[in-house]
Amino acid sequence: MVNIANHKDLVVGDRVIEPGNSEKFHTGDWRSMVPVLDRGKCIDCLTCWIYCPDSSILVEDGKIKGVKLSHCKGCGICAKVCPKSAIEMKGD
Amino acid sequence: MEKHIAINGDSAVALAWKQIDPDVCAAYPITPQTIIVEKFAEYVANGEVSTEFVCVESEHSALTLCTTASSAGARTFTATASQGLAYMWEMMPIAASMRVPLIMAVANRAVSGPIDIHNDHGDVMAARDCGWISLFAENVQEAYDLSIIAPRISEHHDVQLPALMNLDGFILTHATERITPLDDSIVKKFVGEFKPLYPLLDVKRPISHNLMDGPMFYFPHKYQMVLAMNNAFRVTKDVFSEFGKISGRKYNIVEEYKCDDAECIAVVLGSSFGTMKEAIDQLRKEGKKVGVAMPRLYRPWPIEELAKLMKGKKAVIVMDKHLSVGSYGPMFPEVVAAALETGSMPKMYNYIYGLGGADTMVSDFVSVFKDIEAGKAKRINFLGVKE
Repeated sequence: MVNIANHKDLVVGDRVIEPGNSEKFHTGDWRSMVPVLDRGKCIDCLTCWIYCPDSSILVEDGKIKGVKLSHCKGCGICAKVCPKSAIEMKGD
Repeated sequence: MEKHIAINGDSAVALAWKQIDPDVCAAYPITPQTIIVEKFAEYVANGEVSTEFVCVESEHSALTLCTTASSAGARTFTATASQGLAYMWEMMPIAASMRVPLIMAVANRAVSGPIDIHNDHGDVMAARDCGWISLFAENVQEAYDLSIIAPRISEHHDVQLPALMNLDGFILTHATERITPLDDSIVKKFVGEFKPLYPLLDVKRPISHNLMDGPMFYFPHKYQMVLAMNNAFRVTKDVFSEFGKISGRKYNIVEEYKCDDAECIAVVLGSSFGTMKEAIDQLRKEGKKVGVAMPRLYRPWPIEELAKLMKGKKAVIVMDKHLSVGSYGPMFPEVVAAALETGSMPKMYNYIYGLGGADTMVSDFVSVFKDIEAGKAKRINFLGVKE
């Protein structure tokens, strides 16, 4: 039996009354492939940062620092758009 | 002095909504509901209401617009019939699960095919499982009164479900009857201000609405609707009683006529209640102990009230103005289920009648009771059909 939520904990009418709480929903749990960054090839063009649908590319002072995996679904868009093939998708 | 007016059922519904003055109305015309929307559009054009009237391209859009308008925090109403309701069907369970208060008048009409514009309950019965409250009117006065009552039930914070107000197509929609309307100020005071829970337009409390649920949340959200329907019994009783005080007109969850000492009772919906009362009077003159009941509230289904009414009766006749082809009329199994609660099951008969507007006279209803008395009735019978 699937774990069914307690109706008393739910707001009526399928409403979410806490704004921005999708951050708590870790879509990274769905991942089967993981992006691996080769810093030697990366030119910090930020193309992957622009394309990532889950805002998972970590950037500090204009430099790519890596991937935050909590929301990365392993879709591979970052690897596909990287002009230097600096990102490789590997089994997770 | 009480004011009386002569008005047809559709215009009476439009008049009630003019007095309520809703925020939004989106509707698409379809016979026999058209006059409601035409009349209401006239009120809008004349500046007699402050409603935003949206001309949509279909019934599907009408209900989608009404659902979202209500979610935004607007008091909203619409009207349809038959194919229009069928086209709205996809949005009906969504409106209910979004728990938006919303009123829809349904001018009950047969569903095609074969193509037919006349009255039966095929449209609303096909929509009965959508999670909407459903009320039935017997005459034009009731169509007017229930239009004023419905928002109070639908908008109650313990209910928060959309509601259907059913009136029989042509028999009521196009029949001119004498009614006693209420003063505008009394109606306004009775319906009060719409106080939505979590309206989308409340920018201080931003929310998201109608999201992907999945197995973890779908079932408990449905269960919340079950609880809301249960609450609707209490709320409806309270609102009926309050309405009685301002109008002198008394409504009940289940209406009954001469059922107290009756041995055999019929259960009907809508305008047939009036026809059946006349048949009961004729049969009573012959000394027959007969009566008739009408579930004013069809959803939620009043099991308790019906069981109380059926207790100790010898026979119950369920009159269905719709047919689930290959089974019974839709109300029959539900009345049988309610009869289980009596502890001693009466003999149960199902009569399918009046499909596609087939005229049903007082004498036809009298013959139903006579057939049962003579032992000629089967479990399911098709009134007037040559077998």
